[in-house]
Amino acid sequence: MLRPRIIACLDVAGNEVVKGIQFGSLRALGRPEELAARYEDEGADEIVLLDITAGAERRGPDLAVVERTARRLGIPLTVGGGIQAAETARVVLAAGADKVSVNSAALRTPALVGQIAEQAGSQAVVVAVDVRQEPGGHRVYASGGRTATSWWLGPWVAEVAARGAGEVLLTSIDRDGTGQGYDVGALGQAAAAARLPLIASGGGATAHHVAQALAVPGVTGALLAGVLHRGDVTLAALKDALRSQGVWVRVGR
Amino acid sequence: MTVAVVNLERGNLQSVAWALERLNVAVAVTRDPQEVARARGVVLPGVGHYAAAADELARTGMDEAIWSRVGVVPVLGICLGLQLLFESSEEGGRGLGVLPGTVERLDVGSAPLPHMGWNQVQPTAAAGLLAEVGAGEAYFCHAFAVRPRDGLLASAVTEYQRPFVSAVQKGLVAGVQFHPERSGAYGRRVLEAFSRQVARCSR
Repeated sequence: MLRPRIIACLDVAGNEVVKGIQFGSLRALGRPEELAARYEDEGADEIVLLDITAGAERRGPDLAVVERTARRLGIPLTVGGGIQAAETARVVLAAGADKVSVNSAALRTPALVGQIAEQAGSQAVVVAVDVRQEPGGHRVYASGGRTATSWWLGPWVAEVAARGAGEVLLTSIDRDGTGQGYDVGALGQAAAAARLPLIASGGGATAHHVAQALAVPGVTGALLAGVLHRGDVTLAALKDALRSQGVWVRVGR
Repeated sequence: MTVAVVNLERGNLQSVAWALERLNVAVAVTRDPQEVARARGVVLPGVGHYAAAADELARTGMDEAIWSRVGVVPVLGICLGLQLLFESSEEGGRGLGVLPGTVERLDVGSAPLPHMGWNQVQPTAAAGLLAEVGAGEAYFCHAFAVRPRDGLLASAVTEYQRPFVSAVQKGLVAGVQFHPERSGAYGRRVLEAFSRQVARCSR
């Protein structure tokens, strides 16, 4: 059977992994290549590395950080942050990333999703979608949650699926950093909009939260960040707890 | 003893080379068919579209270079590289035809596609790389899978809604649908088995 994936996310600024709360204030937590290797040892199924200052600085992800991290890893690595062109995606993949994650640039230029898929294959294209719950539904935000767009969650997921996305990483801005659990309602809407692998992000802090997200049909992985960095929970303990709740995550490292 | 990693100028090739280097295998990531023709082992990695990669192999003369090593030294296809060893794909394009059969889109009903994540690899053959390594969990990332015309070419199966061929072996030619370079300790064992095969063959 396909194992649900437990994914460790590293938000990187400069040479440091940082973590904010609801996309706000940041603090430094360690070097990305070291944290990535440690999470692999602890049983992470995949690593996501997001260069969170790249977009604002109008550049792509820091390739030196990508290469240092990719070189040490024996598990898949997704890299995002400031990827605005298919050429940037190509160099990030050439630096050792297995997949690239696009977000704001895809909202500005949806054709970008297809261009990267054409070049590197759909399996290499993750579309990160940040949503906030509003009275009319879940609205998609760009620029790290700062800019509201005219897209609602379901239509946007269907759009990127049609354009060749290989995976959707759905983050609830409302839940991010709160430890209150994933936004299961948003996950259900996204899953209903397309038959793509869907990763839950934002708010996950416990095995129970992860199990809740994975119970939504179409959700094939759950992403954790702050709770791992702070040491609130280890991946090994989390996976043990999941198995004891009947969620058959991968054993071994 | 150098293993050539065929560079098709797309996607992530480095991780395969790095994984082999971690096993102390001398690796050359190369676009030069002559380097492939001299290599003691050949790895054909690859992601992306079948037709584009197949065209690239033909355009660069890499197809003949790979053929010149078939049956002579160990050849390992990974993911799209495995698929390229076959004759053709539903995705379009003609492959190397080293192995008889085709490549077809996975039939998964309403389950998500691509098949992306960790899944069980169950060896089915008595000999070859996968028989040596045994069963384990590996990382997959694909929407198509091979369908060998000769069922005995299958050396492992994996189940995603229904079983598909996740590894093949014919003599010194092997292929895996998963990514050993990204499959943790299990993947490392697969690459170790390949490097042992290269070492045996180089003696």
